[in-house]
Amino acid sequence: MSTAAVAEHGTSHDDHGHGGHGHTSTGLSNNKLAMWLFLGSECLLFGGLISTYMLYRGRHVKGPGPDQVFSIPYTSVSSFVLLMSSLTMVLAVAEAQKKNIDKAKLWMTVTAVLGATFVGGQIFEFTEFYRKGLGYTTSLFGSSFYTLTGFHGVHVTVGIIMLMAVVGMLRVDKVPGDKAEVIELVGLYWHFVDVVWILIFTLVYLIPA
Amino acid sequence: MAIIEQPRTDVALPAGAGAPAYVTPKQAAGMFARPVAPKGWRDWVFTVDHKKIGIMYGVVAFVFFLIGGIEAGLIRLQLAAPNGKVLSADQYNQMFTMHATTMVFLFVMPMAAAFANYFVPLQIGARDVAFPRMNAFSLWTFVAGAIFVNLSWFLGGGADGGWFMYAPNSTKMFSPGHGVDFWAFGLQITGIASLVGAINLIVTCINMRAPGMSLFKMPIFTWMVMVVQFLLVFAMPVITVALFLLSFSRGFGGAFFDVKQGADPLLWQHLFWIFGHPEVYILVLPSFGIVSEVLPVFSRKPLFGYKFVAISGAAIGFVGWGVWAHHMFASGLGPISVLVFSMATMMIAVPTGVKIINWTLTMWGGKLKFTTAMLFAIGLIIEFTIGGLSGVTHAVAPSDTQQTDTYYIVAHFHYVLFGGAIFGLFSGFYYWWPKVFGRLLNEAWGKANFWLMVIGMNLTFGPMHIIGLQGQPRRMYQYDESNVHTRFWNAISTIGVFFLTIGILCFIVNVVITHRSKNPKVKAPLDPWDARSLEWMTSSPPAAHNFDAIPTVHELDEFFHRKYAVDHDTDEIKQIATAEDIMAEQMAHAEKDIHLPSPSYWPLVVSIALPIIGFGVIYSHIFIAVGAAVAIMGIFGWSMEPSVAPKDDFEPPAPTDGNIKELTA
Amino acid sequence: MSTTVEHATTGHDSHDEHAGHGNSHYYLVALALAILTGLEVLLSYVDIGKAFLPLLMILMMIKFVMVVLEFMHLRKDAKLFHYLFWSGFLLAIAVYIGFLATFKFFLQP
Ligand code: HEM
Ligand SMILES: [Cu+2]
Repeated sequence: MSTAAVAEHGTSHDDHGHGGHGHTSTGLSNNKLAMWLFLGSECLLFGGLISTYMLYRGRHVKGPGPDQVFSIPYTSVSSFVLLMSSLTMVLAVAEAQKKNIDKAKLWMTVTAVLGATFVGGQIFEFTEFYRKGLGYTTSLFGSSFYTLTGFHGVHVTVGIIMLMAVVGMLRVDKVPGDKAEVIELVGLYWHFVDVVWILIFTLVYLIPA
Repeated sequence: MAIIEQPRTDVALPAGAGAPAYVTPKQAAGMFARPVAPKGWRDWVFTVDHKKIGIMYGVVAFVFFLIGGIEAGLIRLQLAAPNGKVLSADQYNQMFTMHATTMVFLFVMPMAAAFANYFVPLQIGARDVAFPRMNAFSLWTFVAGAIFVNLSWFLGGGADGGWFMYAPNSTKMFSPGHGVDFWAFGLQITGIASLVGAINLIVTCINMRAPGMSLFKMPIFTWMVMVVQFLLVFAMPVITVALFLLSFSRGFGGAFFDVKQGADPLLWQHLFWIFGHPEVYILVLPSFGIVSEVLPVFSRKPLFGYKFVAISGAAIGFVGWGVWAHHMFASGLGPISVLVFSMATMMIAVPTGVKIINWTLTMWGGKLKFTTAMLFAIGLIIEFTIGGLSGVTHAVAPSDTQQTDTYYIVAHFHYVLFGGAIFGLFSGFYYWWPKVFGRLLNEAWGKANFWLMVIGMNLTFGPMHIIGLQGQPRRMYQYDESNVHTRFWNAISTIGVFFLTIGILCFIVNVVITHRSKNPKVKAPLDPWDARSLEWMTSSPPAAHNFDAIPTVHELDEFFHRKYAVDHDTDEIKQIATAEDIMAEQMAHAEKDIHLPSPSYWPLVVSIALPIIGFGVIYSHIFIAVGAAVAIMGIFGWSMEPSVAPKDDFEPPAPTDGNIKELTA
Repeated sequence: MSTTVEHATTGHDSHDEHAGHGNSHYYLVALALAILTGLEVLLSYVDIGKAFLPLLMILMMIKFVMVVLEFMHLRKDAKLFHYLFWSGFLLAIAVYIGFLATFKFFLQP
């Protein structure tokens, strides 16, 4: 659903008052309002998944528990990578707002690469856990862990696709409306996904079960 | 759909007259030519006009009302006499599950969306919603999800776990067919529709208001819609989580509800009701908004305590987040939880009571006009209050333990849903029909419609209080002949359904004769009810661009204040202008060269992808890839298409000679 | 809202203030985030007894709020965005804490 929502954000801004700033009752951009609302809504989605995990993380009749599979150093590194992708993303937005679209494209590409590194790391981590005997159906811990981190991973992946799509559309100059705002919207989504990982990293990995 | 319109001088000119001969669609996304000025069915299917979308929402929702009604009828036929043979136990389970699902998710919610889509932009003086294509996407996604849920009837049977689908009872082990899968994924799809629609309408309410319309000058219906959309934005993700857990348990063997592994069976119940309680306000608040518009108009008085009504609506929405576990008093929550949630539930009765008092005081001393719309509004106040009172009896946990899972509960929620939500929607039909279709529904048929429905609902649901307290459980497909009282009241309840059926038929007949009639009397005057809010400052039906000139708002009830003023000599309220005068005034200042968003294929393409993915999840995973490919293609096409077709899509450029010719198709 | 005119869009000027404070600000925030993350990881290796959980929660929230305020620019942005986002966030916290409390989650050893 995020993608569809973003698709409209990217486009409904046009020169005739449907979505532009300055012509709205509050003077705020329709697109940004919609994005913030969407992110507010996502809080309840991830809240539900995190709570389910918290409830179930200690329940593993079969298979390993969290302490037997988690590797804090490994996950710390991949968390760091995602954290830094937020830095590169905000730099992309800053450049876009200064109209340096080329630099913005570059930073967005870097962001996407960092994001992909994170997702790759997550896939590797999953296979590692699977080797240690934690499958999706093994235990309540397994099901709720993979569901939570999997949902987050899908969000990162969607973010990567959006970044690459915007870079591609900027290249052929097919971005309708305000380019800086489109980049800012993708940025908001990206930072949110990062912020969710800040919660997951601490709650899921660092608190011993 | 009008593309570019010239100001018009003839008020009565119906939108849709005249067709442009010279619009040439250009390649927009490099994929399809854009439907710049489609005609016939394409005009509807590709439209992004909030009014057409609203009408389509309404038509589809009404069809599902009939389907849900037929399902209810079968349930009652089965229960008409002891040992009913109409349905098997299994079919009975499917019937009440699908009845409730259809009524809640496929009728009341989309019908409220129909009203919201049509009237919110008009009430706030806007030309469309904030994201017109997202609006079309919401509609088609809802339709796709609704059809998807109902396909289960033909593919192995409907869902059978009750409308709240408690897991583990709804896991593969206890419900091995595909019904629950269709149900879960279908509701996921309609959930997307609701979420997108909600974001769209909130942004519309916040950002698209006419100059001068502050939040506390917004009509009360718009207020209630806005509160509901906030509830949707925050409640939909919770059911999304629950549905995913259920689907993953059923599809991929997730352990979430596997008690052997130590799962807590209350997990689903909590998630469902965290969503479910806000959901009941999602169902009923739009109707509260409608009657809060209707009562003042037909009492010839402003709404009593407008701000209180608005704020108590928001308060209901807010407190509604803290009471969900009152649906679980009998599930072994523990005494502290029961105490907390019991208290919170009693508190929520307060803002609801505020509304009922406000409506009553609105009518107090007014010059009441008992039109059908007004009758339904009064009907709502009375029937909803009955339902509210039985609701308070469940807030008291010890008494609820007696009532849970009996027909007493069924009685309660039908009083609030049928007597509340549905009566409000019918009030809205009669009140706004002339606005939407330019024709007045027949009052005689309307009154028959109303009285039959009132009698029908009290006969159907009233006795359920009694049989419930006598101990008849809900969701029971047969009962035996031993208890004479239950037999009698069950028979009465089924007889009530016949009244309801005839009542609803009266409505359908009314619509048909109104639209067949050649009698000039059915044509609605501009302002048939002497109404108060902005949507009546347009022609009926409104032109594609709604307002010739966007009005500047000075007052709550702007339209009323333009028609009436206090005479300083006599201190009496006097009419200073007619609706016709006001329209003529608008036309005189009509804006030139109005740009409306252009039709688009893409919302439909993306919507269609979703059920394809659903089939993939249930049957063969290849379809997931196909669906995802269609969705991605659709999103790309959408992203690259400007929301208003570029100027060079129109050839020659629109005439600028002040001609009144309208470019519509 | 007006749909009539072909207008020169002026709404974007508000962004110029971001251009004001160069990018070094963002690097500083990132540095702080990195340090806080390091601290968190460190905490989970040393035994500090009862203070561990509260401290970890505080560090987590600081990081969360920093990204939202600085990287998502919420600190400088309109109040309305604050309301929309934080109401979702706080509602989620309240509701799910209530949810976990009914499972006696917080009474576990
Ligand atoms: C058209 C007239 C209607 C009739 C005759 C009717 C009848 C019934 C009956 C007899 C049941 C109980 C089935 C059982 O527990 O064995 C039921 C359940 C239910 N109905 Fe209706 N109903 C009607 C309209 C509605 C409407 C308009 C709504 C909602 C907007 C609604 C929502 C529900 C719900 C939520 C259930 C609970 C299903 C469950 O137990 O899971 N009904 N209905
Ligand atoms: Cu409730």
